[in-house]
Amino acid sequence: MPADSVVELLERGGGSHSGGGVPCGDGGGGNDNQGTPQSVYITGMILALGGILMFFMALISAWVVRRGFPNSDWQSIELPHILGLNTLILTASSFTLVRSRRLLVRGSEADYRHWWGVTAILGMFFLVGQIIAWRQMFATRLFLATNPASSFFYVFTAAHALHVLGGIAALVVVGSRPAQHLTLETATRVAAIYWHFLAVLWLLIFTILVVGR
Amino acid sequence: MSSPSRAAGDTIHAPVGALARFLRRYVFSTDHKIIGLQYFFLALLAVTVGMILSLLMRFHLVWPAAHLPFVAGGIMTPEQYLAVMTMHGTIMVFFVLTTAPQSAFGNYFLPLQIGAPDMAFPRLNMLSFWLILLAFVVMMAAFVVPGGAPISGWTAYTPLSGLGEIAGPGEGMGQSLWAFSILIFCVGSLLGSINFIATTIDMRAPGMTLMRMPLTVWAWFVTAILSLLAFAVLFAAGILLVLDRVAGTSFFMPAGLVVNGALQTNGGGSPLLWQHLFWFFGHPEVYIAILPGMGVVSHILANFSRKPVFGYRAMAFAICAIGFLGFLVWGHHMFVSGMNPYSGLTFSLLTVSIGVPSAVKTFNWLGTLWGGRIQFHSPMLFAIGFVSFFVTGGLSGIFLAQPAVDTTLHATYYVVAHFHIVMGVAAIFGILAATYYWFPKMFGRSMNESLGKIHFWLTFVGVYCIFMPMHFVGIAGGIRRYADSTGAAYLAGLQPLHRFMTIAALVTAAAQVIFFCNLFRSLRRGAPAAVNPWNGTTLEWIAGSPPPADNFSGRFPSVYRGPYEYSVPGAASDFWPQNIPPGLNPGESTEQRYAG
Repeated sequence: MPADSVVELLERGGGSHSGGGVPCGDGGGGNDNQGTPQSVYITGMILALGGILMFFMALISAWVVRRGFPNSDWQSIELPHILGLNTLILTASSFTLVRSRRLLVRGSEADYRHWWGVTAILGMFFLVGQIIAWRQMFATRLFLATNPASSFFYVFTAAHALHVLGGIAALVVVGSRPAQHLTLETATRVAAIYWHFLAVLWLLIFTILVVGR
Repeated sequence: MSSPSRAAGDTIHAPVGALARFLRRYVFSTDHKIIGLQYFFLALLAVTVGMILSLLMRFHLVWPAAHLPFVAGGIMTPEQYLAVMTMHGTIMVFFVLTTAPQSAFGNYFLPLQIGAPDMAFPRLNMLSFWLILLAFVVMMAAFVVPGGAPISGWTAYTPLSGLGEIAGPGEGMGQSLWAFSILIFCVGSLLGSINFIATTIDMRAPGMTLMRMPLTVWAWFVTAILSLLAFAVLFAAGILLVLDRVAGTSFFMPAGLVVNGALQTNGGGSPLLWQHLFWFFGHPEVYIAILPGMGVVSHILANFSRKPVFGYRAMAFAICAIGFLGFLVWGHHMFVSGMNPYSGLTFSLLTVSIGVPSAVKTFNWLGTLWGGRIQFHSPMLFAIGFVSFFVTGGLSGIFLAQPAVDTTLHATYYVVAHFHIVMGVAAIFGILAATYYWFPKMFGRSMNESLGKIHFWLTFVGVYCIFMPMHFVGIAGGIRRYADSTGAAYLAGLQPLHRFMTIAALVTAAAQVIFFCNLFRSLRRGAPAAVNPWNGTTLEWIAGSPPPADNFSGRFPSVYRGPYEYSVPGAASDFWPQNIPPGLNPGESTEQRYAG
């Protein structure tokens, strides 16, 4: 019965611990009652990404509608060239983060900290780059309310930058002090999931800004 | 309130001031139970405000020249009427129908029912509540700022909501506060929904498979998914609206708009874009309000019929199906927006398809009742009342799902009657059923049964007396949102019906005083409640009343069976709690059963 197989699939997805030790337990609950399982933090982060993605999807659909509106007053804008460099920086930070996590798994904690710090610094460079991009926009007298294209440029980049700011804060916190409830493995994994997501999200936004300007 | 539980992780070091201890336990608590109660009492406050606003409107509709309390100047102006209507809708939808069924009861009972010591992220949970409370305070502030509350309705349609002060009183500071409040509410709801979903996925007790979860948990789980996806979209729309208002952008503001003789500078945007974004949130919001009620009703019908839920799996899948389809039907709120008729047809077909899982649920509720040994306690009466209102309101929804019919009825009281019955009253009956049902668990005391039954009958009859005639007013052409219809000759004939509805509303509101008296009196003087007063099967009934800080006094349950094993043939007792291992007859051992 297809419904049964769907349920079975869901059951297998639910929690990393099985209900071991429970005679009748068929794999269900994830909690072994020994406090909060580490998987919760991963789940929470993935869910947060779902919410953030929906937020940006709403903005993107608004952009699609506003741009394609009949008799639209849309005017193409010249994008600051530094955005390309910023994109490279953020993409590079994803790779340094992967390297950092690999080093942690191998047990070389000093190297992990080094590359973790590099990632955070690259994130800061990205933000500085975005601020320079905004200043260049101001210099060409393209402000938030100048025209729809510039409005969306600021909305997309500012919303993304705020998320990056949170990401940098997470990188700094995870890198600088021991987590209270999370293991280092979980903490770095949660931060990494978020950081890679921000990089992919930026590639999407950058593509939209370039293709749709 | 009798010895409520202590905040989890609350270690008290002497000397700690009594005030500091109180604040930590009951105000800045991370205990899901305390947070659930905080949401509950916030919703009670909000529903009182919302109800007073509705009475002001009903009174004004019948006696437009009457002097009313809380109204500046005494006699309500049309603008004040719109402000009251806007705030009634906003407060009821956000701070009552979203807050009580999901945030209040979900917070309190989801961890208990899945055998967890707390929510997955307790501090995030506390933050959610404080954000929602802040949102409520900001929303209330709209009443007292210059210009008063906004007048653009709870849907805040642009361009009206985007223009600012020039569009009317309340559209200045009042509308800005409305927008900020909604943005804060969105963040609180998003954090809350992440917590609900993560808790359900990762914090279930051993043996608590998805198909052993109570239907309440299923409902809170799916509702949280809807919240996560829907509030994120409202948040985005709200940001764009605020930018249109304060930064001069034109996401939603159309070109060439002349307001009060002044040509507006921003333009080229799409007011319809707001409607699409708003209703993409707004329709799932309807299910955010009603799904938890469906879960509670399924739970209660089984308990008081002493029968398993009829078609448990179908019920769980129906909740999922309603949640999924809820994201595909937002356009049916916009049939009169001038949308392409083919789009209207698509939205119409998708809308009526929700009738299938809804019918599955209704059929299964009746199937659960059929042949049961029904016990007509107060929670059961309200649960049955829920089914009645869900059917009545759902049927008028089938008519409104036809674009041609909706075009005629959209601006009339027919729509008001429809959504009040199916979303408002049904959800409120779900909340009331849950309150009567879980009160002994939450406070360790019982509510008065006789008062509960009087409350039910007065409310049940009263609500039908308000909203059934309202359908006829709508069909006869009674226009909704009009502050005063006495000036239009063709509407004059409807005034007697309006008068009847207003009197019914006053009686129904008075009946709620009985509820409030019963509730607050029982908090202090209600008869002490047993651990499991209703002979329920799910895990909240093995915890103490009220449950201790860690819910199960360190004896965390394992789950061995489904959530609704009532009247199992051959059992010594007519119910098998979920934590009773196979081979142990529940009638023989109470030791195994209770942890509190």
